[in-house]
Amino acid sequence: MAKQILLNNIDIPGLASYEVYRKLGGYSSVEKTLKNFTPDEVTAEVKKSGLRGRGGAGFPAGMKWGFIDKSTDNPRYFVCNFDESEPGTFKDRHIGQLNPHQLIEGMILGSYALGARTSYIYIRGELFYVLRIIEKAIDEAYRNGFLGENILGSGYSLDLHCHPGAGAYICGEETALIESLEGKRGNPRIKPPFPAIVGLYNCPTVVNNVETIANLPWIMNNGADAYAAIGIGNSKGTKLISACGHINKPGIYEIELGLPVEEFIYSDEYCGGILNGKKLKAVVAGGSSVPVLPAELILRTANGEPRLMSYESLSDGGFQSGTMLGSGGFIVMDETACIVKNLLTFSRFYHHESCGQCSPCREGTGWIEKILHRIESGKGSMKDIDLLTDIAKHIEGNTICPLGDAAAWPVASAIRHFREEFEDHIKLQRCPLSK
Amino acid sequence: MQSNTNNIEFNSETLALVNRIILRYPQGKQKSAILPVLHIAQAENNGWLSAETMDYVASLLDIQPIEVYEVASFYSMFNLQPVGNCMIEVCQTGPCWLKGSEEILAHFEKRLGIKPGETTADGKYSLKAVECLAACGNAPVIQVGTEYHEKITIEKADELLDKWQAENKCSHTNPYL
Repeated sequence: MAKQILLNNIDIPGLASYEVYRKLGGYSSVEKTLKNFTPDEVTAEVKKSGLRGRGGAGFPAGMKWGFIDKSTDNPRYFVCNFDESEPGTFKDRHIGQLNPHQLIEGMILGSYALGARTSYIYIRGELFYVLRIIEKAIDEAYRNGFLGENILGSGYSLDLHCHPGAGAYICGEETALIESLEGKRGNPRIKPPFPAIVGLYNCPTVVNNVETIANLPWIMNNGADAYAAIGIGNSKGTKLISACGHINKPGIYEIELGLPVEEFIYSDEYCGGILNGKKLKAVVAGGSSVPVLPAELILRTANGEPRLMSYESLSDGGFQSGTMLGSGGFIVMDETACIVKNLLTFSRFYHHESCGQCSPCREGTGWIEKILHRIESGKGSMKDIDLLTDIAKHIEGNTICPLGDAAAWPVASAIRHFREEFEDHIKLQRCPLSK
Repeated sequence: MQSNTNNIEFNSETLALVNRIILRYPQGKQKSAILPVLHIAQAENNGWLSAETMDYVASLLDIQPIEVYEVASFYSMFNLQPVGNCMIEVCQTGPCWLKGSEEILAHFEKRLGIKPGETTADGKYSLKAVECLAACGNAPVIQVGTEYHEKITIEKADELLDKWQAENKCSHTNPYL
């Protein structure tokens, strides 16, 4: 059974209300932290815990906090990235909808550590029904003295607000999110300067994912050492995995990092095996942006070691034979799924979501979609396959933000591992899997 | 179809909400309220942003109209053309496609007699194919206003359509309420 840091109370009725949450020990980490820890000691604790950013990049959270510029009198901002839009990922919605106070509690801790007096939760516009739940919880936190002036008599004051997006995947990129929060188009900024130096309203800012922030109360309650004792290698703690596609039990699972992939897919405790007893064909393990792997490489590394659900094990073998943990969006495909068509839906997505600033991404994502559509509809030629690889190569690394890479990696990996399936589409002039 | 000659103006209750939202941002940074206020304005203007509506938002936020136009045209939730009373958005990205979203979209097309991006002649429904709604565990997923409907089947789609037809469904409601 996984360690339950994030979902231990998730099934308790009324958890979204302050009363129920508080009765279960909620907000105790705020009482403890404001009394016993200086802001820098909180940052040190998070550093020591080994918590890594759960939005996809996996950057150490405490280190990111350590970069914040505290040398000036400028306001500092702490922003929650709730722009969950990576195809295959639906874990943050689960927290926001069912356990909003845990997110708010984490926001208070992070804001205190960074010295932020105003903090924002940037939530994708489609999730307005979740925004309303969080706003209600924020009101309750104000009424009970956990937000507002002089929290618990500590002298520390904090205002917390929700801010809706309006349908733009790119705003999950932290500098695009900041632009959007300033009321502009979501065009990513060139880094450096990093947001920790020049962020929201040109002030020092830290942006963290919902799940990252939701871990903070547990870490402050139980200590960094207890958190670091969970997991494996440099993959500390637990991770929410959003499992979808051709499995018997789609849903959100909290796993201890280091769980074997095979157990995650086939155990009844998690995905419960492949739907209708079919054969596993491929997995996209960390949201649509990460390389797709065929069954044999997702279950075992190229060296024959069992593949584990951890940052290190999933990336073992590099992009030749590995992938990434990413956001934990785990998309499972059985033997009936067409790799080309699935890729086409991803490529249409990236084309639609490209902000248009950088030519390689703006133009390249359109070409990829067009060529994949040609192949998928039986009108492709063999040279289209190499053309796709070439376009992907020219996007990767040549854009301001990682959306370009995210659009390129799925294409390159699908061709690397499933080239025959592309060739069959071209030879048969139709999808080889359609009857 | 709605006429686009209306002059939009919020009632006092909505104006109070807008002013509360503006106060969430530092003084002089009221432009930050543009997305929340555009959401409200779109709902009040039958689901789309006319030039007059965007100009009104610009005046509320004390910014230039162009600053509103360039933002409204960037974000896919904002409609710059009139739409039907009830906008049905069907997710088409990988995880929903794996679970049959193409059949669901085709069924809505057949029942409504329109293609994605179109509105029925009576102005009641618009259909839109959208990208990932981040509810992939319950694929296929559709969105209507601020409601999600998950694990959609042909039968469930029919039930919903019949229900919306009976209640003359409008999906353009103030998302904050």
